[in-house]
Amino acid sequence: MAPILDIKNLYKNYGSVEILKDINVAIEPGDFLVLVGPSGCGKSTLLNCIAGLEPITAGTIDIGGRDMTEVSPKDRDIAMVFQSYALYPTMSVAKNITFGMKVRGVDQATQEKKLNEVAQQLQIEPLLQRRPGQLSGGQRQRVAMGRALVRDPKLFLFDEPLSNLDAKLRVEMRSEIKKLHQNLNATMVYVTHDQIEAMTLATKIVVLKGGIVQQIGSPAEIYNTPANLFVADFMGSPAMNLIPARAKANGKGTQIEIERAGAAPLVLTDTHAKDLPEDVILGLRPEDIAEAGFRAGEDVQEADCLIDMVEPAGADTYVVSQLGGKQVTARLHAETNARSGENLSLAFDLSKVSYFAPESGERLN
Amino acid sequence: MTEWLERHIPKMVLAPSFIAILVFVYGFIAWTAWVSLTRSRLLPKYEVEGLIQYERLFASPRFDTAMMNLFIFGTLFIIISMVLGLLIAILLDQKIRTEGVLRTIYLYPMALSMIVTGTAWKWIMNPGLGIEKMVRDWGFESFSFDWVIDPDMAIYAVVIAGVWQASGFVMALFLAGLRSVDGEIIKAAQVDGIPNWRIYSAIIIPSMAPIFLSAFIVLAHLAIKSFDLVIALTGGGPGYATDLPATYMYAMAFSRGDIGQAASSAMVMMAVVFAIIVPYLYSELRVKHD
Amino acid sequence: MTDITLSPANSPSRNWGRIALRWLLFTLLGLFALFYLMPLFVMVTTSLKSLEEIRTGSLVAFPREVTFEAWRTAWSGACTGIQCEGLRPYFWNSVILAIPAVAISTILGAINGYVIAQWKFKGANLIFSLMLFGCFIPFQVVLLPMARMLGMMGIAGTIPGLIFVHVIYGIGFTTLFFRNYYVSIPQELVKAAKVDGAGFFRIFWSIFLPLSLPIIVVTVIWQFTQIWNDFLFGVSFSQAGTQPVTVALNNIVNSTTGVKEYNVDMAAAIIAALPTLLVYVVAGKYFIRGLTAGSVKG
Repeated sequence: MAPILDIKNLYKNYGSVEILKDINVAIEPGDFLVLVGPSGCGKSTLLNCIAGLEPITAGTIDIGGRDMTEVSPKDRDIAMVFQSYALYPTMSVAKNITFGMKVRGVDQATQEKKLNEVAQQLQIEPLLQRRPGQLSGGQRQRVAMGRALVRDPKLFLFDEPLSNLDAKLRVEMRSEIKKLHQNLNATMVYVTHDQIEAMTLATKIVVLKGGIVQQIGSPAEIYNTPANLFVADFMGSPAMNLIPARAKANGKGTQIEIERAGAAPLVLTDTHAKDLPEDVILGLRPEDIAEAGFRAGEDVQEADCLIDMVEPAGADTYVVSQLGGKQVTARLHAETNARSGENLSLAFDLSKVSYFAPESGERLN
Repeated sequence: MTEWLERHIPKMVLAPSFIAILVFVYGFIAWTAWVSLTRSRLLPKYEVEGLIQYERLFASPRFDTAMMNLFIFGTLFIIISMVLGLLIAILLDQKIRTEGVLRTIYLYPMALSMIVTGTAWKWIMNPGLGIEKMVRDWGFESFSFDWVIDPDMAIYAVVIAGVWQASGFVMALFLAGLRSVDGEIIKAAQVDGIPNWRIYSAIIIPSMAPIFLSAFIVLAHLAIKSFDLVIALTGGGPGYATDLPATYMYAMAFSRGDIGQAASSAMVMMAVVFAIIVPYLYSELRVKHD
Repeated sequence: MTDITLSPANSPSRNWGRIALRWLLFTLLGLFALFYLMPLFVMVTTSLKSLEEIRTGSLVAFPREVTFEAWRTAWSGACTGIQCEGLRPYFWNSVILAIPAVAISTILGAINGYVIAQWKFKGANLIFSLMLFGCFIPFQVVLLPMARMLGMMGIAGTIPGLIFVHVIYGIGFTTLFFRNYYVSIPQELVKAAKVDGAGFFRIFWSIFLPLSLPIIVVTVIWQFTQIWNDFLFGVSFSQAGTQPVTVALNNIVNSTTGVKEYNVDMAAAIIAALPTLLVYVVAGKYFIRGLTAGSVKG
């Protein structure tokens, strides 16, 4: 299938400041692309470039197989939902939704029909005659989506649409957007700084930092094999443990040695890793460190660790231990007997381990 | 073509106003500056002769009086309006039920033309029939209040009328300032047992520094531009005892036919405004861009 | 915010102190109110007295016999120099001068403010700064060249000429008002409308203008007050017959011929002040907002 959105060698400068550097992204029809990164990484600028709201400095943007680089937003066959919803404050909900059609000269009957379809789909029929000021945050969110849906575009663009909602509503709307994506089989590009949103919604994630693409991949790829220290640290909550360690090749594979203050070094043996430099950063997610006996597998290795802190979180209990000079978090079952100040045998699942080069931060395995 | 048009419409829309401002503000300032360097009298001449007009200006006793008057009037007008405005604002800030009515009363002079204000005060301070006569009728036979016709005191009469007109406005500015102070800080101070007057003097007023600056700028600006008030109240007299640079300039331009003097005195006014406004505008705009 | 009545007051002596303070407060506020109201009171009572009563009575006394003779003279008979038609023709001059000048400068300010706040382009901020600075110049500095320019344009001494001057020197403030209002509207609104297919004027007309009622009211009131009360441009750029009401008022008051009719002067002053006073009483809230917006925000 031809890509429906194809960005090639895109650069964006403000004066002499490079905001986006050499962006290359392509998605297929039906994809849900999430642009994620910390604030100031350029993700919203990239979305605005796709929409045509910001001119780009170099590169091309194809939408639906046509070069749209110089085309104005109204002719790009896109619809956009904004962070502040950007509802027209003096128009009723119905007029907000039909404004685009009215501007384009769509006849009254078609406007009515489409409005009713969308209102039904989003369950906002009772709100149609209200003003945006009379709506709750969640309702405004729906109206903003309605305004996008009614256009039936090739591409939906979402600019942090959930960040103004409270936590509970955010989770609700998140699943609703996901449902919508599945029902419409639409193609969506979605900007967020929330990595959980990215993981739950995306079929494809682009992680951005400082205007540079850090990694492109499916949520599983991003989560399990982060391309560098930044992605490893940014995606996942609690964050991946990143522990300085020393690697030595031996007969059975590679011996990993982690310093511990006031105790002998922790030594693990990874039978798969090969050709590691001496200094590495070992990355292991909290859920890949369990209480001994609760995780089995040929790559699981157990060791006694001094527990500094125990944090029950309901479904799980997190324990923290000092390893390699870092606070290392392990995710244990809720009924654990771990006590702070005591030793506990922890199981490290090395089948899930990542290694990074300390200087460049790049992934090594 | 339409794409190009679309992109440039905002600039094209702004262009006429911008060009008008360039010509009628900056171009005209340049013209006045130029003419102030020539020997222009009844008609403008364009041969630059240096600073002769300014030499004449500063040698002229009349302009000397005008500058002195501006200094006296400006200083008193600004200080009294500020003090009065602040005092009334603080008094009004004490949860007064009739605040709305009082505020309306204190501020209405600002809606009047300075000509009206001048006319009213000219009548009130009329020595034969105004306050002087009123107080004498009350039995104080030796009472005298003839400032409007006393060359030494007439400028203070202008100050009274000016303060009457502008102090309510300063009150409104300060009242808005008092109300914008973070309520939690004041609550914290009240919980700490700090008396009300200390809360004002130590917390609220210091935090209103930007409002003081704004009030100062507006008042200084009003003082320099004061023209109508003097014309209506004293006509610049007695003699030219209450001349201000603004009335001097007008007299030179339109009744004395001395364009060179008019231009140079206008430039001096411009310089005074510059000295006050530019640092202010600069700081305002710079803060905005951060 | 601060509230004297909130302060703890348990002992009776403190209570007495508080009541005394409260009285002092009201006395002071009352005295100030008298100070501000006195001139208006004097103007109104004087305008209703006969000249005879003015000469014999007290400045602050109510009229013994109310007469509207002075008002009639001020409106249609008082002399401004040689002509003796009262304020009436000049009042209408001010009206037909103020209406178009206010309308044009407000419209220009709205569209300029819209561009500067929502369609930023390189140099827009510089242009805004230059326009803003234009608000602060002493107008004496443009009087001479403007007089010549009006002559060259053939509108010297005419009401269109005065309208032109008021529009030019009003743009700075009206632009400032609208710019500061529009700058607080999120840029996403324009973006959303662009994606919806609307262009520059459509967005202004359908989205921004309907939002602008409060700032239009503020601007219109500000401009109307400025233009109605203007004296400098009026006296500099008008001639016999085209003078605005402020100039005519000044001429009536300062005309040296005949007996000084103080009651007519006061009636004329009130007539000249009436429109702006009316605006102030009806829409004081917007008037104050204009005053503070014009002076505080840069």
